[in-house]
Order: sequence, then C-alpha cells, then structure tokens
Amino acid sequence: MGFLEIRNVKKRYGGTDVLKGIDISIEQGDFLVLVGPSGCGKSTLLNLIAGLDQLSEGEIWINGVMVNDLHPSKRDIAMVFQSYALYPNMTVAENVVFGLEMRGVPKPEREAAVAEVAKILQIEHLLTRKPSQLSGGQRQRVAMGRALVRKPLVFLFDEPLSNLDAKLRVEMRTEIKRLHQNMGATIVYVTHDQIEAMTLATQIAVMNGGEIQQLGSPKEIYNRPVNTFVASFMGSPSMNMIPAVLGNGGVEIASGNGAPISLRLPANGRGPNAASGRKVILGLRPEAVTDPGAADRNGAVTDANCHVEVVEPAGSDTFAVMRLGGVEVIARMRADTDLKPGQTAPFAFNMEKAVLFDPQSGNRID
Amino acid sequence: MSAAAGARGLSLGRIVLYAILGLFAIFYMLPLFVMIVTSFKSLDEIRLGDMLGLPQQPTADAWFAAWQTSCIGLTCEGLKGYFWNSIKMVVPAVFISTILGSLNGYVLTKWRFPGHRWVFALMLFGCFIPFQSVLVPMALILGKLGIAGTTAGLVLVHVVYGLGFTTLFFRNYYEAFPNELIRAAQIDGASFFQIFRRIMLPSSGPIIVVTVIFQFTNIWNDFLFGASFASGDSAPMTVALNNLVNTSTGVREYNVYMAAAIIAALPTLLVYIISGRYFVRGLMAGAVKG
Ligand SMILES: Nc1ncnc2c1ncn2[C@@H]1O[C@H](COP(=O)(O)OP(=O)(O)OP(=O)(O)O)[C@@H](O)[C@H]1O
Ligand SMILES: [Mg+2]
Repeated sequence: MGFLEIRNVKKRYGGTDVLKGIDISIEQGDFLVLVGPSGCGKSTLLNLIAGLDQLSEGEIWINGVMVNDLHPSKRDIAMVFQSYALYPNMTVAENVVFGLEMRGVPKPEREAAVAEVAKILQIEHLLTRKPSQLSGGQRQRVAMGRALVRKPLVFLFDEPLSNLDAKLRVEMRTEIKRLHQNMGATIVYVTHDQIEAMTLATQIAVMNGGEIQQLGSPKEIYNRPVNTFVASFMGSPSMNMIPAVLGNGGVEIASGNGAPISLRLPANGRGPNAASGRKVILGLRPEAVTDPGAADRNGAVTDANCHVEVVEPAGSDTFAVMRLGGVEVIARMRADTDLKPGQTAPFAFNMEKAVLFDPQSGNRID
Repeated sequence: MSAAAGARGLSLGRIVLYAILGLFAIFYMLPLFVMIVTSFKSLDEIRLGDMLGLPQQPTADAWFAAWQTSCIGLTCEGLKGYFWNSIKMVVPAVFISTILGSLNGYVLTKWRFPGHRWVFALMLFGCFIPFQSVLVPMALILGKLGIAGTTAGLVLVHVVYGLGFTTLFFRNYYEAFPNELIRAAQIDGASFFQIFRRIMLPSSGPIIVVTVIFQFTNIWNDFLFGASFASGDSAPMTVALNNLVNTSTGVREYNVYMAAAIIAALPTLLVYIISGRYFVRGLMAGAVKG
C-alpha cells in the first residue's frame, strides 16, 4: 500500500459530480503534483485529503491509517494555502507556532522549533512582524514555515506560488524543490502551471473534469501522454497534433502544396502495426521538428521541405510556424536561424518520440 | 474650469456655501448652547427671560441639585441612583448582546448549517418588529421568569431586542473574513471557541466598536422599555429624567432640568468622542480587509 493512498474518491456538490472516482497511490518522499485546467477539482481533492471537506464516496489512507473520519488536525498533515492564510492578528512567530501551541507543545520546545524553521527559511529577522508588514514572498515563506514546523506526514500545497510575480515564483519554486530534496517530505501540490508541475514533481496527476487523465512521472507524462488532452496540456508550446494517415512503415501528412510528406516511424517496435490507410493524429513536440543541422541524427529522422508562415524569435530559441495536414505546426529552431516567413525550407522530423492518437477517442495508439 | 482652480480661489459660490453651512451648524448647536448656559444660571436670572445670554453669575448649584437633591416621584435624592441603574443596565446588556452577536455572526458565516439563511432572515426580521408590539408578550415572559420590574429583566429585554442588529453587523463583517484562515486554524488544531477567541475576536476591533456605540446609544436612550418594565426604584435615567420634570411642585426649575438632561446625555457623548474615530473606520471596514 502506498504512503498516501486515494481509493475511488468521489465528491458531489448537490447534483453535480465534481470528482468522479479518483485513484492515486504515492510513496513516502514523493512529490505529487495535481495539475489541470481551472475547475477540474484539484482544490476539492486537496481539501478532501486535508479533511476540510467530506468525501461522498471512497477512502483516503495516510501511512496505513484510514483517515476518512479523522478531523483535519488529527490527520498529521499541514497545508499551505494560495492566500497564505496567515492570522492577521498574530506576529510571524505566533503564526508559525500556533499549531504547536494548540497541540499543547511546551513553550521551550516551541521556541526551539521556530528558531529552527526561521533559519531554514531565512525569516529570522521577520519573527516579530505582523503579516500585513510583509511582502508577498515573505508571507509565502511564513506560510511554509507554519507547515514545516509541524513536521507532518504529508504537506499539502494549494497553488502556493500563484500570487507571486514571475521572478519570485521561479525563485520560490527552486526553494520548494530544495526543501523537498533536503527533507524528503511527502508533498501533494496543486497548480495549473505545467512548468511548475514538470520541474517539481516526482509524480504528476493530470486531471480534467473531475477525473485523472494520467498519473505518472514527469517524463512519462511528457513523452508518453495517454491521450490528446494530456499531450496538449503539458508542454509549452504544446505538442503539435497533425492529422495523418498510416502507410509504408510510416505516416503521411497532407502538406498545403504538392505531394504529401511521408515520415518514417521508428523501428523499435513501438508505433502501431495497424493496417495501412488508418487515420491517426500524429503528436510531435515542437523540439522534434527542427533545423536539419541541429537534429539528433541517431533516431528515425526524416527531412522534408515545408512552407514557413511565421517566425517567432523567443530568445533562447526561434519558433517557426507552418501549416501541415490542415493545422498549424510549431517547430523549435536554433535561436540564430536565418529563416524568413514565406520561405520554403527543409526541416528535420525526429519521429523517435512521436506519439500516435486515435482521432475519434483521442487515446494513444501503441 | 478645472476643479483645482475652483477650490483654490474663494469664489462667490464658495462663500455662499460656507455661509449656509455655518448657519446650519449654528442652528443645530443652538439648543445645546441654551441648555448649557441655562444650567449655569440661577432661577432669578432665568426669569429675566434672556435665553441666549451668558450667565451673569455662573453657578453649578443646578448641577448639584439635579444629581443629589431634586425630587423624583416621592424621594428627593436626585438622579444619581437612576444614573447607576442605567449603568447597571447598559453595561451587561451591551456586553452580552455584542458577544452573542459576534458568536452568531461567526456561526452564520463560518460554521454554516442547513437552514442558516432562514435563521439569519428571521433574526433580520426581528430588527423590524416595532417596540410597541412586543410590550405585552415581553411583560408576560418577564413575569413568568420572575424578573419583572428589575434591572435584570431590562437587560434581558435589551439583549433580545439588540441581538438582531448585532448579529447583522458581525455577520456582514465576518462574511468578508477569509474562510481559509478558519481552515488553516482547523488544521492547526484549534477548536470552535479557540478559533473564535484567538483569531476572529482579535480581528474584529472595528466592528466591535461600531456595535458597542450602536447598542450603548440605543439602550441608554431607550425610554419605552424602561418605562414599561422597570418602573420605580429600578427605573433607568431616561425615565427618571421624565419623572423629574413631571413631579416638580410649584416652580419649574429650568436650570435643574437642563443640567439633568445634559447629565443624561453625557455617557453617550463620551462613548462617541472616545470611539468615534473607530466608528467611521468600522463602517467602511467591509471594503478593505487586512
Ligand atoms: N462548495 C461547492 N459547491 C458547489 N460546487 C463547488 C463547490 N466547491 C467547488 N465546486 C465546483 O467544483 C469544481 C471543482 O472546483 P475546484 O475548486 O476543486 O477547482 P480547481 O481545480 O481547484 O480550480 P482552480 O484551478 O480554478 O482553483 C468547480 O466546477 C466548482 O464550481
Ligand atoms: Mg483551486
């Protein structure tokens, strides 16, 4: 059994099913990120784990204990809220130890605990301030301190970085990652930022419409998405989804002008053995469509000429937009490429990581 | 014409405006002025008939008389006993109704139960029930409880009647209070009352001030309930003031009446002056939560 185990959890509000049977199991020390579009039920699931809301159906186990009927304070979890939820009338130090105080921890121990956490988070100079006298990043640290000081079995984070500006968000992201690595804590983390999900997680659960679409390591999610939803949700720019037809050990894509482009599929046994002529959707990450010079030649790489519509320099890379199979396709080029819009130029299609989907169901075809 | 230019130059419109405002202010302050000057005059001087004139030989005799020796009903011991009656009524009544109102507001916003809307609607409805219509049933209940005609009975009446208002104030204030704070405190292991005492109450300063001023003014100034439920020795200040004016035999001692009226108004005045600054802040606090 996993350290945190969620079994067939359902949640209904009135007549609407907000969670439709969630199954998740993670091990101690895992960093699980729940990611998905707004309203898919991430916060709801987190609140159920915390015990702030009642399950409609299912079971939640933490460290071998069924916690369904345990009060939030008895589950040995700590939560960091999106709004930080610092008690406005208390100083930083009082905020941090409130949980210990309520649990009857004696004062000397509380003070030692605050000192330790303040040192880890570098908030020692803020301990006597009120939350209203802190910056966003400082509040964020205090909110984490309040969770850390309790040394709980599981940490729950609900979009902890979404109220910070872009630069601070990246800094705090690294900080959270470092904390996780140093402490080996078990963390469930909600975000709708897929970069946060990729960088922090050891396990990602991609949710949509109250269901888990895929649960797996960031690599699995990125390279082997189970369906078109996961494929297009994770990654930026998102995966190209090109209508194609199977044939001749590869796929054929209708290009705007002239002959269809034929791309060889890798011979590694992956990819479908389905009959020629079957319609599929070819999923190709932007980095798999690139300049012939920059491509990794070890795999199943095919060169093809394409008509470039737009060129978007983005600093570290340049993105080229073209039209294949009737949809826009984005290619990731070297930053110093001299591609011009309107040009027809050769591109290298690396099919090693290509994923095929069924056009009807959207599921991956193996 | 920019607004800034208009404000800087003292245009004719401005002068007229200030003149009118000044006139209104004088008109509004005039009765208070008359009361104060009259209370420091002797009866002889009052008989001269110059209401607005300053006292020629200022004397505080009327004040001492009002406090200690004026006749109310059959006794002639002044207002002081009734003043303490009012204090004994207003302090517990304000305290209890404020605490209960904040508890109600806390439950109605943070511990919602099925039908909470109905409970709140009924409490709101209670605010609009006219005083007169509850007099008879209230008297019956006070009689049954055995506290008719006592200060305790009056406290109960004011608490019950004020509860709708205090609940309304606190509910609206706590509505804007972030739920996540309550959830965080629950996870931290705080109980229902610990959350209330350690987190809600310390953050309620402005609304407590508003409620206390509102309740204090209403209860202190109430006449109808006082006259109906606490006659005789336990009557509050307002009823005593009325009796003082009505029991005078022979000469009408206007200076004493004026002094007595000012004494009766003094506590509410003090409450306003001390906490008035918070009052305005509290009324606007819903918009900006900290
Ligand atoms: N108390 C409630 N009553 C009824 N419906 C609710 C309640 N709380 C949440 N919902 C619904 O449940 C769904 C999931 O909400 P939830 O807050 O879990 O979304 P989320 O994934 O956290 O979204 P976001 O990224 O915007 O925070 C939403 O459609 C929401 O409208
Ligand atoms: Mg949410």
